[in-house]
Amino acid sequence: MAAVFQGLGAATALSVSNSLDSRKFLVSSRKSLSERKASFLVVRSDGRVVPRSNARGRRAEQLITNAVATKPDSSAASTTSKPGHELLLFEALREGLEEEMDRDPHVCVMGEDVGHYGGSYKVTKGLADKYGDLRVLDTPIAENSFTGMGIGAAMTGLRPIIEGMNMGFLLLAFNQISNNCGMLHYTSGGQFKIPVVIRGPGGVGRQLGAEHSQRLESYFQSIPGIQMVACSTPYNAKGLMKAAIRSENPVILFEHVLLYNLKERIPDEEYICSLEEAEMVRPGEHVTILTYSRMRYHVMQAAKTLVNKGYDPEVIDIRSLKPFDLYTIGNSVKKTHRVLIVEECMRTGGIGASLTAAITENFHDYLDAPIVCLSSQDVPTPYAGTLEEWTVVQPAQIVTAVEKLCQ
Amino acid sequence: MALSYLASSSSRSNLLKPLSAALSCTPSFRRPISSAADDTRTLTIETSIPFTAHQCEPPSRSVDTTPKELLTFFRDMATMRRMEIAADSLYKAKLIRGFCHLYDGQEAVAVGMETAITKKDSIITAYRDHCIFLSRGGTLLEIFSELMGRQGGCSKGKGGSMHFYKKEAGFYGGHGIVGAQVPLGVGLAFAQKYSKDGTVAFALYGDGAANQGQLFEALNIAALWDLPAILVCENNHYGMGTAEWRAAKSPAYYKRGDYVPGLKVDGMDVLAVKQACKFAKEHALKNGPLILEMDTYRYHGHSMSDPGSTYRTRDEISGVRQERDPVERVRKLLLSHDLATEKELKDMEKEIRKEVDVAIAQAKESPMPEPYELFTNVYVKGLGVEAFGPDRKEVRALLP
Repeated sequence: MAAVFQGLGAATALSVSNSLDSRKFLVSSRKSLSERKASFLVVRSDGRVVPRSNARGRRAEQLITNAVATKPDSSAASTTSKPGHELLLFEALREGLEEEMDRDPHVCVMGEDVGHYGGSYKVTKGLADKYGDLRVLDTPIAENSFTGMGIGAAMTGLRPIIEGMNMGFLLLAFNQISNNCGMLHYTSGGQFKIPVVIRGPGGVGRQLGAEHSQRLESYFQSIPGIQMVACSTPYNAKGLMKAAIRSENPVILFEHVLLYNLKERIPDEEYICSLEEAEMVRPGEHVTILTYSRMRYHVMQAAKTLVNKGYDPEVIDIRSLKPFDLYTIGNSVKKTHRVLIVEECMRTGGIGASLTAAITENFHDYLDAPIVCLSSQDVPTPYAGTLEEWTVVQPAQIVTAVEKLCQ
Repeated sequence: MALSYLASSSSRSNLLKPLSAALSCTPSFRRPISSAADDTRTLTIETSIPFTAHQCEPPSRSVDTTPKELLTFFRDMATMRRMEIAADSLYKAKLIRGFCHLYDGQEAVAVGMETAITKKDSIITAYRDHCIFLSRGGTLLEIFSELMGRQGGCSKGKGGSMHFYKKEAGFYGGHGIVGAQVPLGVGLAFAQKYSKDGTVAFALYGDGAANQGQLFEALNIAALWDLPAILVCENNHYGMGTAEWRAAKSPAYYKRGDYVPGLKVDGMDVLAVKQACKFAKEHALKNGPLILEMDTYRYHGHSMSDPGSTYRTRDEISGVRQERDPVERVRKLLLSHDLATEKELKDMEKEIRKEVDVAIAQAKESPMPEPYELFTNVYVKGLGVEAFGPDRKEVRALLP
């Protein structure tokens, strides 16, 4: 079902707090709503109390609506194409980064090859020429210390964006990320804020080998005090990048090596995606498929097959890996009563494992069948192409799983 | 362990080598403390030993100070000494739990450094942070409350001994993992350079941490971009339970920066520390990073669970206490320059003791943190996320 735009499910109501002139760029209000010509609602969540109640109750407080509907496989036809501009995902990231750097002089970037080289995935291309070497800092290959340096700078009020050339390299900085980044706000009794963004490409690429194909979201998910988000489309890449930079909490933004060249049309106006919200990719009735990052595309591919076979899957891109958007997920579970999680993490201790636990604890009564979690195999990613393919979840497996689930 | 004994006896003599310079000890007319406390005429005193420099010109041995300053030194260091000893008894009384790393013996580093800089400069250190917190403007009550886990503590009782912070005074902690604070310190310097503050960052670490890789990474980064970072190695010659000669191939920590200039300072002489830090600040603002090695000593073990006598002899400890104790050195200076009488200094110490006791009593009375504080400050401006206790029934809190 190709839906052009999407309101949220029946249970919510739209709440418009301020109307916002879409041309206004200095948005300082907490909650804003910008409206595009094609009734495309983009809402930025505020950092304040957001009712994230679980199935047991909902408070009638301020609501966040999210309504993002881009069909990832037919972006040209979906949204009304006149306004907006087309770009690739890495360009969207760069756009978001640039806008934030223009807006706030405290924002700076640091990482390997981000400056003169332009970034190994071209995300920071041209920024060093524009902002200078101090704001777009080429660091030596010393992840532990430059991550620590970024965190130290953040303690004084700067807002660094620390790039790991590959997420796997950030394992070297694990101590800094866990102890100093995540926990400092708590152990200092609230004195220090660490508004860093740690970003980088991760995930299984094209035969990059075991050490360069790591999924770090599973290692970082237990660290208290950090937020984790995973972007999957140019639209949410830019939105999440901006939200992450503006957030006062440390945010880890997971990008995927294979998604950098996705093309999509995004709005010209400024917009920000909420860091704690999931994205409804395709509403449906029969089964809830939860996914994120690259697996979203595998799921959508499987969805095409499933639709042909008569199933109606609801696909949600969870986007926020920590904390989970149990609100959206819960509403979906209440509707469909069947959950399939498709992720790229390893089976053991991955995001899917945590999500399974969270859904079972909160929505057990609504489930008609056990939750099925499709994850990557618990093996180091092999180099050989065929083996690598079978390490990650393939669309065919998703189709089979849905069929079994819906019996 | 004959080898360790031999080595420690030789190292003991090294530790005792920097003796005080010739102090005139002839008793003559002594002025009352009250007049000395306001006296701001300059006294020039020589440091115990000259500075040793690596790749830079050492500053002069003659340090300018005033009677007022000397009295402040004495008071501050005596307070720190008293505070640490009180913490020792509190730990043994099980009011302080977990890890407690005491700083007594090293007070001169904290006091001397503070004199040379402003509150806008940043200091960051590891877990032996009680005294530096005090010198940065913390109060005894905050310290004892935090040590006992009360909500009046500087980190609301949630940090503990190893996590003291005072943001408005430029004190960035308080870190438990050895060496991890050095990249943070370089980050502080980076931010200072970024905002063109004209301030410097002091990153303190110990001789044990000096062997961490991240230190050299951070040093490289600081030197590459001329960041105003000063790395201060508080060399108390023992990294936890291991003597420095057993852990480091090259115990000349001030030279280990290679291309980064270094200065070796007698860390038990507060005037030398003051001079070195002043020199370091000027240097860092102009030329980039510098390493200061403070040759100091801790009387307690590494932490309260370490008796401190299994890897060194009691003779060594008492030897250093007799010959190089920082508080005694200042006392001798005050007496020899007729700035105070014995009795006055003793009275001051009694007063300090009372102050500390009052603070402890107050801290003992203060309340423990509220249960909901378990969930506060995990995130900034929380996310409205609900948090549950393990059984999902109790202690529900909505993060603010």
